[in-house]
Amino acid sequence: MTSENSKFKKLDGNVPTGPIADRWKSHKFHMKLVNPANKRKYSVIVVGTGLAGASAAASMAELGYNVTTFCIQDSPRRAHSIAAQGGINSSKNYPNDGDSVYRLFYDTVKGGDYRARESNVYRLAEVSSGIIDQCVAQGVPFAREYGGTLSNRSFGGAQVSRTFYARGQTGQQLLLGAYSAMMKEVHKGTIKSYTRREMTDLVMVDGKARGIVVRNVVTGEFEKYTADAIILATGGYGNVYYLSTNAKASNASAAFRAYKKGAYFANPCYTQIHPTCIPVSGDHQSKLTLMSESLRNDGRVWVPKVKGDKRSPDLIPENERDYFLERIYPSFGNLVPRDVASRNAKLQCDAGFGVSATGKAVYLDFADAIKRKGEDKIRAEYGNLFEMYERITDHNPYKMPMMIYPAIHYTMGGLWVDYNLMSNIPGLFVLGEANFSDHGANRLGASALMQGLADGYFVIPYTIGNYFASGKFEKIDLTHPEFEKALQESSSKYKKLLAINGNKTVNEFHKALGHIMWEYVGMGRNEAGLQKAISEIQALREDFWKNVKVSGSSVDVNTELEKAGRVADFLDLGELMALDALERKESCGGHFREESQTPENEAMRDDENFCHVAAWEYQGDGAKPIRNIEELKFETVKLTQRSYK
Amino acid sequence: MGGNSTDTMSLNLKVWRQKNNKDKGQMVDYKLDGVSPDMSFLEMMDTLNTKLIKEQGDTIAFDHDCREGICGMCSMMINGQAHGPEAETTTCQLHMRKFKTGDTIVVEPWRAKAFPVLKDLMVDRGAFDQIIAAGGYVNVNTGNPQDANAILIGQENAELAMDAAACIGCGACVASCKNASAMLFVSAKISQLALLPQGAVESEARTQAMVAKMDELGFGNCTNEAECEAQCPKGIKIENIARMNREWFKGALGSRN
Repeated sequence: MTSENSKFKKLDGNVPTGPIADRWKSHKFHMKLVNPANKRKYSVIVVGTGLAGASAAASMAELGYNVTTFCIQDSPRRAHSIAAQGGINSSKNYPNDGDSVYRLFYDTVKGGDYRARESNVYRLAEVSSGIIDQCVAQGVPFAREYGGTLSNRSFGGAQVSRTFYARGQTGQQLLLGAYSAMMKEVHKGTIKSYTRREMTDLVMVDGKARGIVVRNVVTGEFEKYTADAIILATGGYGNVYYLSTNAKASNASAAFRAYKKGAYFANPCYTQIHPTCIPVSGDHQSKLTLMSESLRNDGRVWVPKVKGDKRSPDLIPENERDYFLERIYPSFGNLVPRDVASRNAKLQCDAGFGVSATGKAVYLDFADAIKRKGEDKIRAEYGNLFEMYERITDHNPYKMPMMIYPAIHYTMGGLWVDYNLMSNIPGLFVLGEANFSDHGANRLGASALMQGLADGYFVIPYTIGNYFASGKFEKIDLTHPEFEKALQESSSKYKKLLAINGNKTVNEFHKALGHIMWEYVGMGRNEAGLQKAISEIQALREDFWKNVKVSGSSVDVNTELEKAGRVADFLDLGELMALDALERKESCGGHFREESQTPENEAMRDDENFCHVAAWEYQGDGAKPIRNIEELKFETVKLTQRSYK
Repeated sequence: MGGNSTDTMSLNLKVWRQKNNKDKGQMVDYKLDGVSPDMSFLEMMDTLNTKLIKEQGDTIAFDHDCREGICGMCSMMINGQAHGPEAETTTCQLHMRKFKTGDTIVVEPWRAKAFPVLKDLMVDRGAFDQIIAAGGYVNVNTGNPQDANAILIGQENAELAMDAAACIGCGACVASCKNASAMLFVSAKISQLALLPQGAVESEARTQAMVAKMDELGFGNCTNEAECEAQCPKGIKIENIARMNREWFKGALGSRN
């Protein structure tokens, strides 16, 4: 199918040359600067105020740029970065256990299954140390040792202790740090913050990103804003699957609007499924809750050896249990990477060994750990997680094994950006989970927070200056026809949704999409399934635009209308994800193509044909997008097959 | 899916309905059947909303986002208690097994002059952002601060600072206080930063600025009823208010010199 796209482009990531360790330093020196007195003449719009957006907004405002921020929640502090529990990686090497910039870089490239851009990853590892310094200076209350120094722990199977944490709320505390830095600038008047706004379109003038249209979700009115550059820090698209660990308002619309205006969407099929989530309890389920994967340090994963064994777990004797991760992966056991643990749990359940009323769960058992370490020790380490589990499920995990099931958690794909974090649209920058750049086909634990803050605090403040200093920016009036056109398009989309007045709710469509995505574009993917997904999504989309029922009106708060707008975009993006998965005929990281596996059922890459980024270019509704590619060169780390046996 | 029908509950709900900020608003009664004990309170509200859509009604607006008890977005007065009957639990983490079939449940928005209702159960908490903007930060720019381990912080203060920093800014403290005081929220931020050497330098000025803003925005005073502590979903302690008062007095005395 790729062959019909004969006009596809080979993309250039604008990566500097020279030894990898010197690239960022040398690039910073060669980038143009904006004179301090002139910075106030430039304006930037930041959409999204999570770790990436808030840190970018604060840092740019401190430099003197005029910054305007937008968020969908009632306060910038609520972005979904807050939900990250485990921690943030940094190559500080405080524990003296052999960590270094190079090791963090190496682990991230390997963990990403060799599908990330080496230079970006090296820069990420390089700036990771400054992130911790910055956060501590802001008053982020990281965990400390008795002597007053910072605590570190090993996380997600890493062989060094490089993870900094603040109880089980690292994301929350880092975001409050970035948010407070942002509010400091709001107070000075260098940031204007708008809340309860949803971006509905990107506005381009003379080929450059020059503004946005947003919907004020309190009044229902559309508003226009212009700036010299636009930054999207709008997070990932896990909610395509309906059930995910993402927050309910997390959506892909801003990124997808940009895609429709010509920004390339890279590697949409790279999604991460987290193994330790609380299973679905019924059809009423609205979201999934993740529990830190640190639980796998002490919990043992098992299912009954007999299919459909309905006995209570304490009545199943030891010799009738299958500790399948320990059996299949004797050396890594329960600590295999996320994708491997998730896929094996699903395989067990699909084969009929799953537990719980739904059959879609496996046990995570702490009985041995409690016997070995004592209940008090387990309580000290995991108490808050056990409490959370009990609050949701009403089961006491000290007495009975937990039940867990994998859930969609993070999306590695996103808008394509170059080394400067600029998309192919001049003036449109993309930060954090919304871009595709640093995690390849699989993200390591405690690296999402690191990337969001690296982009916002330490990359964009430099690269945006280079962009401003390299061109001329005419003043744009909001009456410009491009703004009018974008506003009309946004407004008519919402009018159309309200006018359908069909017989199925928005959630019914979203759930149906989620079922298709989970079934065919989930943990295991194959050609027939992906083709089926594409045709089913197309049919669902047609049904949506004929039969969706959106209650309420276009004025005042209408949360159903907001959801309908997002689901409309999810339906398009879901199809793009399936198409990307179909055309990437290899397995890598979180993308497991059943046709491409080793004799031991492990993911098998095809470096000869797929060692590249797929960056999709929109060609109009109903037309097949073009699959542009950026070749990935591994000059520093050698390509090898991952093995956890 | 779900349990079988014998497991489900029927509820009588009394919900505050208000079209927008200008509308007067009123309590409206709803009957809801088929509520599973495994539903969260918000999933029960989703179920009611689905019913309303099918009956051609307008859905009930309420704030929510992460649904795992950390974003601070959800905000319902349930039977007169902020976030409902379960201690240290946000509305999104409250499950229907805490109720029984036939129960009448009253659901209202946060009520405070400084938190105007936008629609139904959704209020505007922008006042909290304004208080933080007045001084809830350390004045340090992004750049190259000293190495993180150059600042040593004893474990005790680090833990106390973390206890205070656990505030999610939901506003339950304001809603549960008969004076609609924001002191628990404000003092949590002041405490966190006063307990750490990075923040201690500006503590007096910060406290003055944040307290002045809090008063200006129409939040009431603290009269030591401790309802805020009792209903706080994150267990923030009123000792923080005492610390804030000390910081405030230090600043007030200092300003006379």
